[in-house]
Amino acid sequence: MAGLAKSFGSGAMTNSIDEIAGNDLIFVIGSNPTENHPVIGAKMKRTVKNGTKLIVADPRRIELAEYADIVIQQKPGTDIALLNSMMNVIIEEGLEDTEFIEEHTENYEELKKIVSFYPPEKAEEITGVPADTIREAARLYASQDKSAIYYAMGITQHKSGTENVTSITSLAMLTGNVGRKSTGVNPLRGQSNVQGACDLGALANVYPGYQSVTDPDMKDKFEKAWGVEGLSDEVGLTVVEMFRAIDENKIKALYIMGENPALSDPDQGHIEAALEKVEFLVVQDIFMTETAEYADVVLPAACFAEKNGTFTNTDRRIQKVNKAVEAPGEAKADWEIICELSNKMGYEMDYNSTEEIMEEIAELTPIYGGVHYDRLDKEKIQWPCRDREDKGTQYLHKGGFIRGKGKFYPSHHIPSIEKADEEYEFIMMTGRMLYHYHTGTMTRNSQPIDEHVPDAYVEINAEDAEKMGIKNGDRVKIGSRRGEIETNAEIVETVQPGQIFMPFHFAESPANRLTMDELDPEAKIPELKVTAVKLQKT
Amino acid sequence: MKEIIIDGNSYKFDPGQTVLEVARGNDIDIPTLCYSEHLSITGACRMCLVENKENGSLETACTLPARDGLEVETDNDKIYDARKTVLDLILSDHPMTCMTCEANGDCQLQDLAYQFDIEESSYGSKKEDRFELEERNSFIVYDPDKCILCGKCVRADSELQCSDAIEFSERGFKTKVAAAFDEGLGGEDSSCVFCGLCVENCPTAALSYKPARKKGREYELRKQRTTCGYCGVGCQVELNIKGNEVIKVDSVYDDTAPNPDGEMCVKGRFAYGFIDSPDRLKYPLIKKDGEFVESSWDEALDYIADNLSRIRDEHGGREIGALSSARCTNEENYIMQKFMRAVMKTNSVEHCARL
Repeated sequence: MAGLAKSFGSGAMTNSIDEIAGNDLIFVIGSNPTENHPVIGAKMKRTVKNGTKLIVADPRRIELAEYADIVIQQKPGTDIALLNSMMNVIIEEGLEDTEFIEEHTENYEELKKIVSFYPPEKAEEITGVPADTIREAARLYASQDKSAIYYAMGITQHKSGTENVTSITSLAMLTGNVGRKSTGVNPLRGQSNVQGACDLGALANVYPGYQSVTDPDMKDKFEKAWGVEGLSDEVGLTVVEMFRAIDENKIKALYIMGENPALSDPDQGHIEAALEKVEFLVVQDIFMTETAEYADVVLPAACFAEKNGTFTNTDRRIQKVNKAVEAPGEAKADWEIICELSNKMGYEMDYNSTEEIMEEIAELTPIYGGVHYDRLDKEKIQWPCRDREDKGTQYLHKGGFIRGKGKFYPSHHIPSIEKADEEYEFIMMTGRMLYHYHTGTMTRNSQPIDEHVPDAYVEINAEDAEKMGIKNGDRVKIGSRRGEIETNAEIVETVQPGQIFMPFHFAESPANRLTMDELDPEAKIPELKVTAVKLQKT
Repeated sequence: MKEIIIDGNSYKFDPGQTVLEVARGNDIDIPTLCYSEHLSITGACRMCLVENKENGSLETACTLPARDGLEVETDNDKIYDARKTVLDLILSDHPMTCMTCEANGDCQLQDLAYQFDIEESSYGSKKEDRFELEERNSFIVYDPDKCILCGKCVRADSELQCSDAIEFSERGFKTKVAAAFDEGLGGEDSSCVFCGLCVENCPTAALSYKPARKKGREYELRKQRTTCGYCGVGCQVELNIKGNEVIKVDSVYDDTAPNPDGEMCVKGRFAYGFIDSPDRLKYPLIKKDGEFVESSWDEALDYIADNLSRIRDEHGGREIGALSSARCTNEENYIMQKFMRAVMKTNSVEHCARL
């Protein structure tokens, strides 16, 4: 999101799910929608059946590739070179949108300079993608009236994640594909309320509505509204930084609500050591997760079906979550628990319902200013929605960018931290698969799903497998500089030789035991998509 | 203004509308089995026959375009007899096992049999099953004997989910809906992704949700619309509840939703068992001598409050961090960050957006 906010002034999907049907061209890069956002994946297939062009760029040959006009299988960690080269072709061949660039953007000369270093032949050396394929993709993307880009963690989970994203925003701006219906730059969010958690200030640098904690006016505003003094004007620590701070004795207590970092976070060995070490750990969850085992206190929470509230989806749409059943035992909604704790600590949080909380949110969060429960039952509301009369915003940056002018932030190719070498011959990518979700807390406790896909696996290219004498279903050992795990081999044609893919949902074969916590310096996202590993048959 | 005459009354219509759409838009009841406003139109079941007054012919209302001056009747003896004959023929190859059928109370065929008062088909009802039950997967059961070959499942699969996992196979009386090489939906060559849209569109119990079988009748279920708890698409779903247990998840059809045609995926449709899992946490637990011990809320919250206050007062709020959650609601994330900022005086409140 950092890259998107930097270029455009707002870190969210620019356009809407409903607009997919109107795309002339869909460019999917570093995202596997048919598995991770299946309803969006199906919509894309439907649109393509009706004649929309499709470019798919992913190291793996994902399902959508079967429907694509152009398939690109770039080497992991080479997205910038690929995108720079597409822009190189567009500028070389005069396919850019001069008017849009002049009117709505800045720093174009810098972009021109940097992408001039990436003619397709040179990009082919870096990305492994044939130069002519890059040319065709560039022409196809630039030649359509309404081209939209969709991406996900395949782009962001790199050391160069921010630059990957700004390369995407550059491509869209270069061709004038922002600020119009059915175009845009569209990050697909992986979890039910990841957009909302960001919007409502569960980020170390901003209050709700992306209002900076270092801005004295904001500090003042929230101190008044909350009736407190001394709010911190210092940016806090991000997830991976918190775990490092525990190492360094700089974090003594950790409160974890509905997260399972022992499985989801990189370099599992390190996370476990930190959970062990932290002086006081509270975990609030629906199950005794791998993380909860380390806690001093575990609090039972209600799940989504047992409480009221709202989620904000990937296209900024605020929708109601309605209580359907009673929570088990004495489990309570997360908000009730925090309020009770706060009351015990002498700061009164007295809300009778989640609707009252939303009223407070609306008052303090300009982009949610018009969000009221009575509207949500009958209207489609996408933020920014500033007041009751505001119908919300289907697509962003109409008639001009939120930050004024869109800014090109070009970057040279940034090599991944780890490369395959003699000892660690393979590059491992991690990700999700259709049937399971994140750390499996919910799906693995749902019988038909776990019956259908009961165990972890690693996808290995058929050529590699043959060379190593590995057959489908064989147990294999995978080791990185940080750890070793065992799992079942799944022989496929969809990953390229020298690469393997592993889902991270499974506690019995935790892919994150192998990954590293090296961060993108701006977005603080770890490089989970490129890990050098060795592979052997057990 | 262009107008069509239905049962003697004039109605305005939009270009491209069919007689069925105009009629339904004006609360005129025409029965259908194979029609869905979310799917293409095939005119297969013949239940929606209406009489074209220009020539007295019976035509399917779902395929008949509305045009200026067209006059149709939707209810007379001739139409009634024709519809009843169609229904009689369908029922002659349908097991009359409503007593134990999953769809009892939620079956369009049963409703029509009731409406047309057909207890037994006049051609003799089906006594013996002609097909085998297809249930070699964890999610969906297909009973070809109850299939009326309306094709809605095939269309939903192909037009909405775009999986092209199922098609009609064989001819004549042997016709059924099948996945690749007739190996079942879970077969090795099947492209089924278990989104459940076929079941959602089935007018009978030919297709049913396996985990929900024998768990409750339609009329025993309480329904609650909510937002799916999985990925960021935010599909609207309808939880079906019996007692305090979610027993199945149906589609919601709403143009303000990201899934207006009832689209869903296997997680939203089938991954709800965790809600009622016996392994759910039910009571606060405090670790004492390395073991978790059940406690009251008061005791647990006091314990937390004491420790957090102590650490905050000794070391400052910056030595306390919190992970909020991308799976919790907006309101909960707001409360968590407010708590950390206002009470702990730290901005170290994050969640797993970056993972």
